[in-house]
Amino acid sequence: MAHAEAAHLEAEATGHDHLTRDPDTPRGWRRWVYSTNHKDIGIMYLVFSIFAGVVGAILSGFMRMELQEPGIQIFHGLAAMAYGVEGDSALDAGKHMFNVFTTAHALIMVFFAVMPATMGGFANYFAPLQIGAPDTAFPRINNIAFWLLPPAFLLTVLSLFFEGPAGMYGSGGGWTIYPPFATSGQPGPAMDFVILSLHIAGASSILGAINLITTILNMRAPGMTLHKMPLFAWSVLVTAFLLLLALPVLAGAITMLLTDRNFGTTFFNPAGGGDPILFQHLFWFFGHPEVYIMILPGFGIISHIVATFSRKPVFGYLAMVYAMVAIGFIGFVVWAHHMYTTGLSLDVQRYFVAATMVIAVPTGVKIFSWIATMWGGSITFRTPMLWAIGFIFLFTVGGVTGVVLANAGADRALHDTYYVVAHFHYVLSLGAVFTMFAGWYYWYPKMFGLMYNETLANIHFWVMFVGVNLIFFPQHFLGLAGMPRRYIDYPDAFALWNRVSSIGYYITFVSLLIFFWVMIEAVLKKRRAGDNPWGDGATTLEWTLSSPPPFHQFSTLPRIKSDAH
Amino acid sequence: MAATAERRNEKVAMTLAGIVLGMTGLAFASVPLYQLFCQVTGYGGTTQVATDAPKGVIDRQMTVRFDSNIDSALAWQVTPARPVSGQVGALETVTYRATNTTDKPLTGMAVFNVVPEKAGYYFNKMECFCFTEQTLAPGETVDMPIVFFVDPEIDQNHDLDTVREITLSYTFYASNTEGS
Repeated sequence: MAHAEAAHLEAEATGHDHLTRDPDTPRGWRRWVYSTNHKDIGIMYLVFSIFAGVVGAILSGFMRMELQEPGIQIFHGLAAMAYGVEGDSALDAGKHMFNVFTTAHALIMVFFAVMPATMGGFANYFAPLQIGAPDTAFPRINNIAFWLLPPAFLLTVLSLFFEGPAGMYGSGGGWTIYPPFATSGQPGPAMDFVILSLHIAGASSILGAINLITTILNMRAPGMTLHKMPLFAWSVLVTAFLLLLALPVLAGAITMLLTDRNFGTTFFNPAGGGDPILFQHLFWFFGHPEVYIMILPGFGIISHIVATFSRKPVFGYLAMVYAMVAIGFIGFVVWAHHMYTTGLSLDVQRYFVAATMVIAVPTGVKIFSWIATMWGGSITFRTPMLWAIGFIFLFTVGGVTGVVLANAGADRALHDTYYVVAHFHYVLSLGAVFTMFAGWYYWYPKMFGLMYNETLANIHFWVMFVGVNLIFFPQHFLGLAGMPRRYIDYPDAFALWNRVSSIGYYITFVSLLIFFWVMIEAVLKKRRAGDNPWGDGATTLEWTLSSPPPFHQFSTLPRIKSDAH
Repeated sequence: MAATAERRNEKVAMTLAGIVLGMTGLAFASVPLYQLFCQVTGYGGTTQVATDAPKGVIDRQMTVRFDSNIDSALAWQVTPARPVSGQVGALETVTYRATNTTDKPLTGMAVFNVVPEKAGYYFNKMECFCFTEQTLAPGETVDMPIVFFVDPEIDQNHDLDTVREITLSYTFYASNTEGS
């Protein structure tokens, strides 16, 4: 049987005393600020991600409140409160503020909520555990990678309080920061703050990626060949390579943007022989792999959860591995499908349509393999499993609209409409975020040694599932009807589905409150989780350790039997 | 044992850091590469520069239209040339007329492209006012000539079979070096 999860692992988890600590374990604030421990850094990443995610969710709340009805309801008032402007200038400042909120929402969610959770938190905590490593290869690089993130986040937040366009505050250029709107359109320092924030966040991710790749390549336990490595570790490996190849291109592009803005270069300025379209090419050469960076670790998490709660090894292990490798590879050669309307020649468009559709093949392999894993399995619908199945369903919906948008012809009509907004929120806000919650509920007992109330957690799932679908499904209708993205106002014809969408937001917000209640309740009740609360299905190495794992694990390296195949 | 593990880790990390540097370099190298690519392929409507006269005309009519756009920071008035129609391959000369409407000398610079963009590969200019800065004295008017022809090889490209018109568009920007 061609599976290589650790069902046949002969892990030596003995020799740990759960109660006594290593005497040189740091205590107090030093333990966290100076931390070189992959698990502590993972926890810090997760806490940071939850905080940033709440900030991003609140920003989107203002946008949904504004869009609940036609006309401009709240942003001119917000602008008046925040900046002390009145009358028509308050209206203008409010319109700009809406764009600023959109920009900040996107940047925060992408760089400070999703990436820190998956590639920061879960990857740091569980990739070394799953491969049987005592820690990561470069613990101090791990530390600096994390501590670069708060200043980066601070720079993005600070940008809200500095001048963007003349007389207004914040950068309203969208997360794509296309010139010329991001150069001559936003002359104030707000955009420079955003650019520097992206530089620092990018440096953080690159350092993290180098650390994780080295760990996975060099520090696997004896006997764990790459083809026996758990799928989550594989997903982290592939994603880290994507980060390594994509982020330097973003860094280069935004450096050029910075010098265009401040030092008179004309990389993207046609007045000096530059080309603004070149920025779009560079941005999307980063930006498209970036969307896979956000979802691939989730693929790994879902594979483990589906296998665990079906009590079966995952179906088609090697196909799952190489599907991820293929997605990562193809992800680099499809970038211009974000640019169909920039005047690409028809031949170029034909290529990008075909290449984009090819991605549906490895993605389909994964979806079908998850279903095949569940097929005939002994399924228990524990909380993580609900999130995993919810993810599979929602990601498939987002994938299907992605195939629609891959068509250059259809994209002519749908480009920059709410159809696109619905598409990428189905794969990210519902897809990636559901994998994060799935991973959180799956590994929460392992990380904290406590069990949450599963009934409450299931209520969290169902409320959020209803909420996010109410937000984003109607946006397909709005997009098909032609409602453009990034506008504060819309004609009355779009009123109904916008109202439904806003109601969906409120429901989702309630689900976040339930989430925090689940966490508080778990801490208050202190139910001990035990080493492995999920039973026989949970076969990877982290479940052989105590919950939470000892500060330094694997004092004797686990040996993986050679007959694992 | 521990020392070799450390060395192995460093080796991998250095290789990965090399990849990062290489990709950063590629991002910057993309700027000249992209320009070269546009010039060679006519991508994005980049026109060609010819030194030799056309090889002859063919029996296909083509109308060339002219267009001008002016940066709001440049107080020039530019009148584009009238459209010309003729056989593909014929050498044509047209003039744009630019006037400085202010009482200060103004320096401008023109960039251009053609649509349909694929026709850029066949649009040859033998003389033009491209990418050179031009200073107009207060109130001065200049005529700026363009000598061009459409390469008869356009007939071989069946993607352009339906093209009857090509538009050459110039955009005038205030020059960066403009001081006073």
